[in-house]
Amino acid sequence: MNEVVSVEGVHFTFPGGTKALAEVTATIRPGRITGLVGPDGAGKTTLLRLLAGLLLPDAGCIRVLELDTRAEGRRLSELLGYMPQKFGLYEDLSVRQNLQLYADLRGVTGAERDAAFGRLLAFSGLEPFRQRLAGQLSGGMKQKLGLACALIRKPRLLLLDEPSVGVDPISRRELWRMVQELVDDSLAVVWSTAYLDEAERCAEVLLLNEGHLLHAGPPAELTRPLQGRCLLLRDLTGNRRRILSRALGRPEIQDGQVLGRDLRLVLRADAAPPAVADLDAGSGARLEEAPPRFEDAFVELLGGGPPSVSALAEGRPVSTPVAGAMVEADRLTRRFGDFVAAREVSFSIRAGEIFGLLGPNGAGKSTTFKMLCGLLRPTSGSGRVAGYDLQRAPGQARSRLGYMAQKFSLYGDLSAKQNLAFFSGVYGLTGGRRRQAVEDMIDTFHLGPHLRTSARELPLGFKQRLALACAMLHRPSVLFLDEPTAGVDPLIRREFWTHINGLVEKGVTVLVTTHFMDEAEYCHRIALIHQGRVMATDTPDGLKDRVRSSQRPEPTLEEAFIELLQRSWQEQEEVVG
Amino acid sequence: MFGRIHALLIKELLAILRDRKSRFILIVPPLVQLLVFSFAATQEVNNLTLAVLNLDRGRPAWQLEQRFSAASPFRRIIRLQHPSQVAATLEGQQALAVLWIPADFSVNLATGRPARAGFLLDGRRTNAAQIVQGYARRIMTELALEDSRRQPAVALEVRHWFNPNLEFRWFTVPSLVCILTTLIGLLVTGLSVAREREMGTFDQLLVSPLQPLEILAGKALPALLVGVAEGSLIVLAAVLLLGVPFNGSVLLLYGSMTVFLAAIIGVGLFISSLSMTQQQAVLGAFLFMVPAVILSGYASPIENMPDWLQSLTLANPLRYFMIIVRGLFLKELPAARVWSQTWPMGVIALVTLSAATWLFRRRLA
Repeated sequence: MNEVVSVEGVHFTFPGGTKALAEVTATIRPGRITGLVGPDGAGKTTLLRLLAGLLLPDAGCIRVLELDTRAEGRRLSELLGYMPQKFGLYEDLSVRQNLQLYADLRGVTGAERDAAFGRLLAFSGLEPFRQRLAGQLSGGMKQKLGLACALIRKPRLLLLDEPSVGVDPISRRELWRMVQELVDDSLAVVWSTAYLDEAERCAEVLLLNEGHLLHAGPPAELTRPLQGRCLLLRDLTGNRRRILSRALGRPEIQDGQVLGRDLRLVLRADAAPPAVADLDAGSGARLEEAPPRFEDAFVELLGGGPPSVSALAEGRPVSTPVAGAMVEADRLTRRFGDFVAAREVSFSIRAGEIFGLLGPNGAGKSTTFKMLCGLLRPTSGSGRVAGYDLQRAPGQARSRLGYMAQKFSLYGDLSAKQNLAFFSGVYGLTGGRRRQAVEDMIDTFHLGPHLRTSARELPLGFKQRLALACAMLHRPSVLFLDEPTAGVDPLIRREFWTHINGLVEKGVTVLVTTHFMDEAEYCHRIALIHQGRVMATDTPDGLKDRVRSSQRPEPTLEEAFIELLQRSWQEQEEVVG
Repeated sequence: MFGRIHALLIKELLAILRDRKSRFILIVPPLVQLLVFSFAATQEVNNLTLAVLNLDRGRPAWQLEQRFSAASPFRRIIRLQHPSQVAATLEGQQALAVLWIPADFSVNLATGRPARAGFLLDGRRTNAAQIVQGYARRIMTELALEDSRRQPAVALEVRHWFNPNLEFRWFTVPSLVCILTTLIGLLVTGLSVAREREMGTFDQLLVSPLQPLEILAGKALPALLVGVAEGSLIVLAAVLLLGVPFNGSVLLLYGSMTVFLAAIIGVGLFISSLSMTQQQAVLGAFLFMVPAVILSGYASPIENMPDWLQSLTLANPLRYFMIIVRGLFLKELPAARVWSQTWPMGVIALVTLSAATWLFRRRLA
């Protein structure tokens, strides 16, 4: 018997009638990290909770370490380590007190406990911080402490629910390394994630989407069919977004994305690559084969790529180019008590530019973002939108900006149509113009069949469309996007970016916060934010160029971020030392 | 501006009415509370037990005993045989009161000496004890009068105006109308901002061109509408289900209710500006609600409170509205009297709404 977990024909429906899992069959083996991959709402957490015996399946059977979760669930808890998304750390207790508490709960005492503490503190690198209150740890350190607490008594099965979400890229790597070191023949690890690049690193992957298991097996099995079909269009001249839009319109191209100064294209199965000349990308352009990514495979499983043109942008006239900055941050600083959330943040965004604020949770990007859309008053410094100072003329500034927040802040109890009616009213549209604006959005986003559905019950993709529609009703010239596609599947993300690309072509200015490197590649320029400071402002390729070396000829944006972060720490130390 | 407030108003009403849970919360619990309170929270004293220790064999003693036994609050009579039983009877709460007639009661009465009888009350049940004491006094007075003249020369005829049968429910139900209206007004405003904060939609409102005043108006108006509708529902239930008469003017009721709700909504908005979550908002609402009810004259008359507390009640809108609603239910409270209670509520509304606006703006900064 090699497997630690066997899941057979499992169904699970929540009491409210929401189907979470349907007919899931899978096995999990020791000695490797099994990735549980899928967008938000795919059923990842539900499956983990079923494995932990916290939920019982409606149908089917789950055996963990030879124990049936239905009959013998109680005995399971001694063999399991489970780290939920929000691990129950007590913020007012120190690192050591937290460990102590979990040791007591698990009945680990005496010499065994001291040995475990020594091992875990060294392993997590938290030894120097053991007297620090958990509430004062960074996001990455909190996750490490959570992991250590879950490992007090060495489990046979370790369940990690999105351990890396919102964590800075360095801590993300360290967490991964820590878990990798743990894995041996007596331990199986399940690592759930919405980041598709993490899936590639897992030995085995369970890919979930809307409660259905799309794939179980090594990730390479999924990407193999795409071998040779992924192309990088390099050295192009001309407008990348227009070239991408044209390329997506071609029958042989299934999927495409902006990747810094290049374009990444995926061919349909059995299609011949297009002649470079046909892509109209300038005389120097060339196509180069690229390794397929897990995300490409997911997009293929979901049935293909994004639309080539944005109906939203099509219907919009090109705005007359404005000289000067559309959004300006001038030494924006915000303190909360002693804590400086943002320190002297300055940048300016031109009309028609996509500007990204990139950084982990708690780095200060939300604070900066909120100061720029008038949700937070800066302690010092100023912000301007479309030439209007946010403190002096908030009304004028606000009527020119569209805002879309992370969790699509729609009114869940109102229907799609009522949401549109509400936001059009709030933005001062009346009479015929209001009706027209609402009708246009309904047509553009094909909301027709869902007009009477409560926003809360809309499928994720339609929620995203409706949120964008509500933000665009008044045709703002600046669009503020706060983590706009966190946790949605890659198709919805691509569709969203098709709209954004289209809008930018019409002169709309976009400010976006993200911790997805993938999303950052769409930006013209990025400000890397860490610990309240802007570490660097540059184009995605400019940032990569800064760390390009003979050892690393093709750095990814994530690698660039990590490298730049480490350099700035070194500089700080030198200054201090 | 009116277009924007109109949009907010529609949104707010839809959000309340489209949600099955909030529809339920607005209709069922208030009605249940109304019914439960009006039957259970009664201060009327009946169904009480009286213990009698009659050591006298004379006729006057027997008469006295009969008078007490026949008094309306007592349903059950226990006869004691010996003084030693008295303490145990009260201690074990077998009876609220003990009538103790000593052996020389009739003799003393006949010979013109002061005749004494003991009446022991359970001080732990203060309210009931006080009322029973009143009964006891009356019986003794009547008896004394009859005895001295043989023929009662002066008789006291008591009539309770406006509530001739002293039905306690006629007193409680109008008060409940006030209390439940307060509760709804507080919760609707208190929760709606907090809920939007939790959902993230509040930020969405703040980045729109809406002015803080427009947002506040957009929260206050729907609460006013819901509060008035809720008040009407409870008044209807009081009249139709519980049979409490309504004698006053409906127009005056609605007029004063609107002013009262404005004051309460100001408090609700103040609480909601302070709270980040719905939980905090509910706690805040009760923090206001409990003292407001106690200082309204609902449970104990304001005249019985110490002076400084009486002054404090002047700031309590519930105090005025309680007088108006009771007056409109039980008697035809004239417009001038209604006005004399309404304008102080108007002043309070002005204060609470301004304070809410001030805090709301401050918290946005």
